[in-house]
Amino acid sequence: MDSSTSVDTHHEPHAHDAAHEHHELGWWRKYIFSTDHKVIGIQYGLCGLAFLFLGFCLMMLMRWQLAYPGQALPVIGKWLPQLFGPGSMPDGKMTPDFYNSLGAMHGTIMIFAGVVPLAFAAFGNFVVPLQIGAPDMTFPKINAASFWAFAVGGVIMLVSFFVPGGPAKSGWTSYTPLSDIADTGPGHNLIFNGQTLWLIGFIFLITSSLLGAINFITTIIQLRAKGLTWMRLPFFVWAQFVTAFLLVLAFPPLEAAIIMQLMDRVAHTSFFLPAGLVVNGVPAYISGGGSPLLWQHLFWFLGHPEVYVLILPAFGIVAEILANNSRKPLWGYKSLVFSVLVIGFLSFIVWAHHMWLTGMGAGVSAFFQTTTLLISIPSVIILSAFFISLWGGSIRFTVPMLFATAFLPMFGIGGLTGIPLAFNSADLYLHDTYYVIAHFHYIVAPGTIFGLFAGIYFWFPKATGRKMNDFWGKVHFWPTLICMNLIFLPMFLQGMAGMHRRWYDGGQGWTVANDHTIWGLTGFEWNKPISWAAWIMGLAQIPFIINFFWSIKRGEKVNDNPWEATTLEWTAPSPPPHGNFVTTPVAYRGPYEYSLPGRERDFTMQNEPVEPAERTPRKPPADLVPV
Amino acid sequence: MEIPYTVSNRPDTGLWNAKIGIWLFLASEVMLFGGLFSAYIFLRIDSPPGMWPHGLLNVPVGTMNTAILIMSSVTVVLAWASLKMRKYNAYWWYMLATIVCGVIFLTVKLAYEWPQKFDHFGVYIKTEDLGKYEQYLGNEYATEKGLPPRLEITGHLHNRAALKDPSIKEYEIALDPLNADPTNPEMDRPHFWPRPATEKIATVEKEDVQYATMFLPRHSAYFASYFTITGLHGLHVLGGVLVFIYMWLPVSKRLYQRNPEHLANRVEVSGLFWHFVDLVWIFVFPLFYLL
Repeated sequence: MDSSTSVDTHHEPHAHDAAHEHHELGWWRKYIFSTDHKVIGIQYGLCGLAFLFLGFCLMMLMRWQLAYPGQALPVIGKWLPQLFGPGSMPDGKMTPDFYNSLGAMHGTIMIFAGVVPLAFAAFGNFVVPLQIGAPDMTFPKINAASFWAFAVGGVIMLVSFFVPGGPAKSGWTSYTPLSDIADTGPGHNLIFNGQTLWLIGFIFLITSSLLGAINFITTIIQLRAKGLTWMRLPFFVWAQFVTAFLLVLAFPPLEAAIIMQLMDRVAHTSFFLPAGLVVNGVPAYISGGGSPLLWQHLFWFLGHPEVYVLILPAFGIVAEILANNSRKPLWGYKSLVFSVLVIGFLSFIVWAHHMWLTGMGAGVSAFFQTTTLLISIPSVIILSAFFISLWGGSIRFTVPMLFATAFLPMFGIGGLTGIPLAFNSADLYLHDTYYVIAHFHYIVAPGTIFGLFAGIYFWFPKATGRKMNDFWGKVHFWPTLICMNLIFLPMFLQGMAGMHRRWYDGGQGWTVANDHTIWGLTGFEWNKPISWAAWIMGLAQIPFIINFFWSIKRGEKVNDNPWEATTLEWTAPSPPPHGNFVTTPVAYRGPYEYSLPGRERDFTMQNEPVEPAERTPRKPPADLVPV
Repeated sequence: MEIPYTVSNRPDTGLWNAKIGIWLFLASEVMLFGGLFSAYIFLRIDSPPGMWPHGLLNVPVGTMNTAILIMSSVTVVLAWASLKMRKYNAYWWYMLATIVCGVIFLTVKLAYEWPQKFDHFGVYIKTEDLGKYEQYLGNEYATEKGLPPRLEITGHLHNRAALKDPSIKEYEIALDPLNADPTNPEMDRPHFWPRPATEKIATVEKEDVQYATMFLPRHSAYFASYFTITGLHGLHVLGGVLVFIYMWLPVSKRLYQRNPEHLANRVEVSGLFWHFVDLVWIFVFPLFYLL
């Protein structure tokens, strides 16, 4: 954005502080160390996308080992040992430790360095202040600090790939006591080893999320435009609001756990180490008296709300796009809002359903089974409301809409396959199988990530003033959708056939994966089509990457409201100048006033005053009358 | 461009921005220390009899530090009230008092309490060898009186080289009063005033030792949580003191002259933080020093 135009467009409303507007910021302050929420949002977005791609690459490497265990990786196999050190892939063959590292870092990077920064921080930063008609976040400097804390955390995670011994290898959950003793002993630096760097990087990522979340909540409470009451907020803002609360309250207990694990590793305490622990056949010289279960409790106290941190922003994005492209008000706005609040609350009391195998006892299990099943109710309400919103709409199948509609059945599959896992008895069998992998990836991959793609295509014109190419968007969408299902559907079968999710050889050496066929292939043989689908999906992202960067400069130029949407962000210029709005926005109506009867256009923006004729009560359209 | 409601209230919420921000931050802090305290509870409930130490901390010093911290919470409120009444001089003095209290607290913690612990030594005796050291442990007496079993001999380590040198086969420990005279009913429970160390020296063979260490975080789950929580709390005190120093330096005077309410707001939110730090200590003190 160009600050000279910002001064011009801003002249009238900000005449009183014109002196502030006039001093030019240098390039570094404007684009790198910026405090403008839009720049920070874009910074978060680009970093988040880069990390998502990196996490995806790690997984593509793992898929080779699963499909062709013990075979040398062709072409790039020669180069990887030079990049990751000789212990990673000697002669192109992956070592078990490196496989574990890839698994741990895939999860960590995807969730904490990819999706959270993109879904929460990037979209939240860019869109929320615009949607509520605010000039910026309440604390712009803290906002910048949040991004830079994230950057430091991300760099530490990357650096951990290049220390002796490789990055963290105890799973993204870092279960103790395994993680406590990993990367210790001779040849490992006390600080510069994979697991310790993982912990330190995490402290920065948590700090970043906390600062961001506090900023979001304050901004939504304090900087809503005049007339923008709580029930006039776009659903996306509600989703971000609840997400921010989850981050504020759920992340600190994990931070506490991380500090304790750091103490275990650096100061040799025994928070998570039980008495009598034997490592490599030698009794460990520790005080003992700790509890490995304590880590699991603290980790999942974050871990479960984190699931909703991943999905709620996607809900919000999808809601905006569904209403916009079906040209209908979102069905059941109030139920959606209350559902999202209930989800937020319930997500704090379901965590132990990740721990059925630890044998916590029937009473505890009964409690957590009940709460887990309760939380499916608001989730189903939300999904149903989205489906009903489509009913009777005049749907425009734009690229964002394609992703948003695909989100619905994909999230549906992910959600419904979670119900067996909620039951203690069924989970004992399915736990730690590929079934679990398939279940949560349906939520976060074709679920959340489709929501994120939809959001990128949708708000791209607001950020750049140009639209991404439609044709290449569709070329991106269809193969991605097909490959997602080819990857994750067979995993349900593998999981139900008893294949363990952490097998380094993909099941080659295990009877259960080879002694019977499912639809013509054994459990182990299914790895091949899955892996090929994953690699083809990698290729399918190329049109997106090219389209994204090409459209920044050369995409089709569009006006300020290309999607004919109703919410306040579309009243600002594209791209919005520093301070966002030409005139201070005032909201007169709800967020989704599409197809109001008796109007020329099929959308009425939130800042259009209510005309006297509208004040008389009107009959709802026939298709909305309850039967 | 100006962010609205940085100093004045938004009419419908009745709050300025930073006040919401600090309360949210404190909510996250509650969860952070909540996580640590629940770990303390979890580990303490889990610990076998005799494995949770008592009476190892200096209660009078802890009490004094508690009083100092509470006092500083009062002075910070007075500082804020002085600003509200536009008395900058009074503010300056109250702020100084707050800073001094914070610094005293930290000094006592870091220069006295912690080093004293680092210099203390304890050995856990192997279960099968407990009888050999009955004269220092007094387990028969303890069982008779219904006290928890005594597994550890503590005191001052005379031959520090024994910690590193495998050729030295025993520890020479100048005993703490409990181990010097284990059957004395005076020693049944910890005292408010710490008892003086004794001259009596015990020789403990390394072979009989389960685990030997100075009173470092690695000593036990108790000291692990003590050092972690007080360390994190100390960092919070340090952060608060630094913020107060910034608001006490001449730079604050300029803000005061430009917009006194803005400075008062800053003192208010950092004061809220300070009260929280104080509150954490109110939990730390009984949990580690008294119970």
